[in-house]
Amino acid sequence: MFSSFMANAWIVGTLVALLAGATGFFVVLRGSSFAAHAIPNGAFAGAAGAALVGVTPLVGLVGFAVVASLGIGASRRHRSDVATAIALVMMLALGAAFLSLSAAYEPQVEALLFGEILGVSTTSILPVVVIASLCALALAVMYRPLLFNAAAPDLATVRGLDPRRLEMGFMLTLALGAALTVPVVGALLTFSLTVGPPAAARLVTRRPLSALVASMFLSAATLWASIAASYQSNLPVGFFVGTLSAVVYVLARLSCAWRRRRA
Amino acid sequence: MHWLFEPGIWSNAAVRTGTGVGVVVAAVSALVGLFTVVRSQSFAGHALADVATAGGAGAGLFGFSPLGGFVIGSLLGAGAMEAIGVERVRQRDVATGIVLGGATGLSALFLYLITLNSSRTGSTQSILFGSLFSVSNSSFVLISALSLVVILALGALGRPLLLTSVSPDAARARGVAVRRVALAYTLLMAVTVGLSAIVIGSVLSTALLIGPPAAALRLGRRLGASLVMAVVLGALAVVAGVVASYDSYYWWPSHRALPVSFCVVTMVVVELIVTSALARRAGARDASGRA
Amino acid sequence: MSGSLAIVDVRGVDVELGGRRILTDVNFSVHPGEFTGLIGSNGAGKTTLLRMMLGLVQPSRGQVLWPSGAHEQRRVGYVPQKVALDVDVPLRVRDFVALGDDGHRYGLRRRSQETWRRVHEVLDSVEAGDLSERRIGALSGGELQRVLMAHALVSWPELLLLDEPLANLDPGATEDIVALLARVRERERVAILLSAHDINALLGVMDRVIYIANAHVASGPTEEVVRHDVLSELYGHHVDVVRVHGRVLVVTGPTPEEPVADHPDLVVE
Repeated sequence: MFSSFMANAWIVGTLVALLAGATGFFVVLRGSSFAAHAIPNGAFAGAAGAALVGVTPLVGLVGFAVVASLGIGASRRHRSDVATAIALVMMLALGAAFLSLSAAYEPQVEALLFGEILGVSTTSILPVVVIASLCALALAVMYRPLLFNAAAPDLATVRGLDPRRLEMGFMLTLALGAALTVPVVGALLTFSLTVGPPAAARLVTRRPLSALVASMFLSAATLWASIAASYQSNLPVGFFVGTLSAVVYVLARLSCAWRRRRA
Repeated sequence: MHWLFEPGIWSNAAVRTGTGVGVVVAAVSALVGLFTVVRSQSFAGHALADVATAGGAGAGLFGFSPLGGFVIGSLLGAGAMEAIGVERVRQRDVATGIVLGGATGLSALFLYLITLNSSRTGSTQSILFGSLFSVSNSSFVLISALSLVVILALGALGRPLLLTSVSPDAARARGVAVRRVALAYTLLMAVTVGLSAIVIGSVLSTALLIGPPAAALRLGRRLGASLVMAVVLGALAVVAGVVASYDSYYWWPSHRALPVSFCVVTMVVVELIVTSALARRAGARDASGRA
Repeated sequence: MSGSLAIVDVRGVDVELGGRRILTDVNFSVHPGEFTGLIGSNGAGKTTLLRMMLGLVQPSRGQVLWPSGAHEQRRVGYVPQKVALDVDVPLRVRDFVALGDDGHRYGLRRRSQETWRRVHEVLDSVEAGDLSERRIGALSGGELQRVLMAHALVSWPELLLLDEPLANLDPGATEDIVALLARVRERERVAILLSAHDINALLGVMDRVIYIANAHVASGPTEEVVRHDVLSELYGHHVDVVRVHGRVLVVTGPTPEEPVADHPDLVVE
C-alpha cells in the first residue's frame, strides 16, 4: 500500500485533495456547487477534443474548462443556474461527439469521468504542483473579497467590490483546478471532494480561517481513507471518495445538531 | 430536399419509435421544467438525472428493471435532498451537491461491478448519453403512460405550485403549505427526470428539462403560452436533432454519425440563442416605443 | 450648517425602474454631522432613493454629487433593511465587521492590530462589544442590526445611510435605537440619513427631514416641511397635519393599493 508504485498516488492525491478542500470552502460559501460540477465536465469534453485532434490533453483540459467557466461567469446573476445547466450539457454533448468521432474506447472515457489515481505517473507530479500553487495563490489573493461577497453581496458592492469580476476570477480558478484534478480523480469525483468535506468543515468551527484549514484537512483525509480502502478492497477509489464525502458531511451535521441541542 | 432528409429515415422502425419516445419525454420535461426554471432548481433537476443513473446502474447490477431503478433512484435522491434541508437557496445548493457527490460514488461502484461481471462494454456511455434508438415498443407504451401520470399530477398541483413558485410569501399568506408543495414538486421532477434519463440519458434529460422552458420564458411571461411554447420547442429540438444525427452519417467520408444527444443539445442551444436574440430585439423596440 | 460643504448633493434626480417612474425631480443635500430623516410610506421609494445615492441604481436624469469625495473614497456606510445571511457561514461578528474595512481589497496583506482595535471600538460604539466572538448567522434580528451598524462604521464614514432601522420594532426598542444612533453620531462624528415610515420617533433628534410622497420629495428643517400646505402639494391632494401631545399625525386621503410584487419570470394570471 505504501510501495513506490503507490507513492505517486499518495502525493498527487494529497495535493489534489488539499486544493479541492480550499476551492470547495468558497464553492460552498458562495453556493456555486452547480458551477463546480459543470466546469470539470467542460474539462472532460476538452480532453476528449484534444484526443480527437491529437494535442496534449492538458491544452484541451485547460481550454475547455476556461470556456465553460467564462460561459457560466458571464451569465447575468438572475437565472445563472440555467446558464450553468446549458453550458454543462453542451460540454458533455461535445465530449460525446468528440469521443464518437475519434472512436476512443470505453476505459478512456471512464478514466476521464472517474479518474485513475492509482495510475498516476511521476512526470505528472510537477504540473500538478505548479497548477495547485497557482490556484492556491489566486484563492489567497481573493480570500477577503470572496468571504465578503458570499456573506453579504449587497454590502460588498456598496464598498466597491465588482461582483462580476470576482465571480469571473473565482470561476477561472475553479477551471484551472478542474483541469488539474480531472485526469487524476475524474470529472465526477473532483466534485464530491469539493462539496462534502468543505460543507462539513464550516459546521465545526465559526472562524473563517480555521474552517478553511479544516476543509482542506477533511478533504485530504477523505481521499487518504478512500485510497487505502480501495487498495484493500479492490473497489474503485471513486466509490469511496463519493460516499465518504457524503458521510463526512452527514456526521458533521449530526454532531452540530447534537451540540446545539445540548447548548 | 434530398440533401436535408436522407432517404429512408422514417422507414426505420427504431428511428420512428425513438423519435416518438423522445417527443413524449421532451413534452413532459418541458411542462415540468418550466417550473424548474422559474423556481431556479436547475441544479437539482440535473443532479436527479445523475442520481437516477446510479439507480439504473444499481438495478442493472442486481437484475431489477432498469426503469424502476431509474425512477426509484431519482425519488430517493429527491427525498435525501429534502431531508438535508432546502429552506434557503445556498442550503439547497449544498444539499443537492452532497446527494449528487454521494450518488456519483455509487455510480462508480455499480459501473465497475457491471464491467467486472460482464464483458459488455458501452454501458457507461449509454447510461450517460442514452440510447434513444434502442427503446422497445413496449417500453414506449409504459413511458407514455407514466408521462401521462406526471402531467395529471402537475395539473393537480396547479395553482398552488404556480403561486409558491412566483411568490412564496404570497402563497404562505393564502394558506398554501409551501414546504409540502415544494416536496411534491421535487418528487414529480424526480419521476420526470428518472423517466427521461433512462430514455435519452442524463445529459439530454437536463437539456430538455431546462433549455426549451428557458427559451419559452424569454419570449413571453404568460404561463399558458409559455407551456405550449416550451413543449413545441422541446419536440422540435428532438425531431431536428434526430434528423441531423441521421444525416451526419453522410457528412464525413469516415461515416461516423454524430451522436443524437449532441445534435439535440445543439438544437436546444440554437433555440436559446434565437429566442434571446428575439427577446433582445423586442426589448429594444419596447424601450424605443416608450421614449 | 448649510454654510459648510455638503457631503452629498442630490440634484434634479429622476429614477425609473422597469418603465415606472419611482422618483421625480428630487433635490436635497446632507451636511456634516446632520441627522436627517427620510420619511415616507411603504413603497414610496425610500430604498430606491438610498440605493440611488450609493450608485446601485442609476438615475435617468439629474446627478448625485459628493463634493468632499466621500463616495469615491468609500466613506459612506450603508445599513440595509434586510441582509440575507447564510446561517452556517463560518464568520464571527468581529470577522464580519472587519470585512467592512478590508473586504473589498484583493491581496495578501495581513490585518493589522490597528484594524482589530478599530473593530472593537465600533462594536463598543454600537454597544455590541459582547457579541464579538459569536457566529454571525446565530444573531437575533436586533443584534444583527447593531453589528451591521458597526460594519458600516468601521471604515470611518462621513455619512451613515440606514434603511428602515426602526421597522418591526416595538416602541421601547425604537426609542433605544434612536437614542443609540444619536450617541453614535456624537461618538463617531458621522452624519446620519435614516429612512422610516413614522416620523414621531425621530422628532427629538432630527435636524432635517426629507419627506417623500407621490414620487416627489420636500426637504428642509422639520417644522418647515411637516406642514399641511407643503405636504398637500406633495401628495397632490389635501393632507392634514395634526399635532397632539408633541406628536405629529399626517392624515392623508385613501392611498392607492400597493402593487403586487411581480416575479421576474412569470406573471400570475
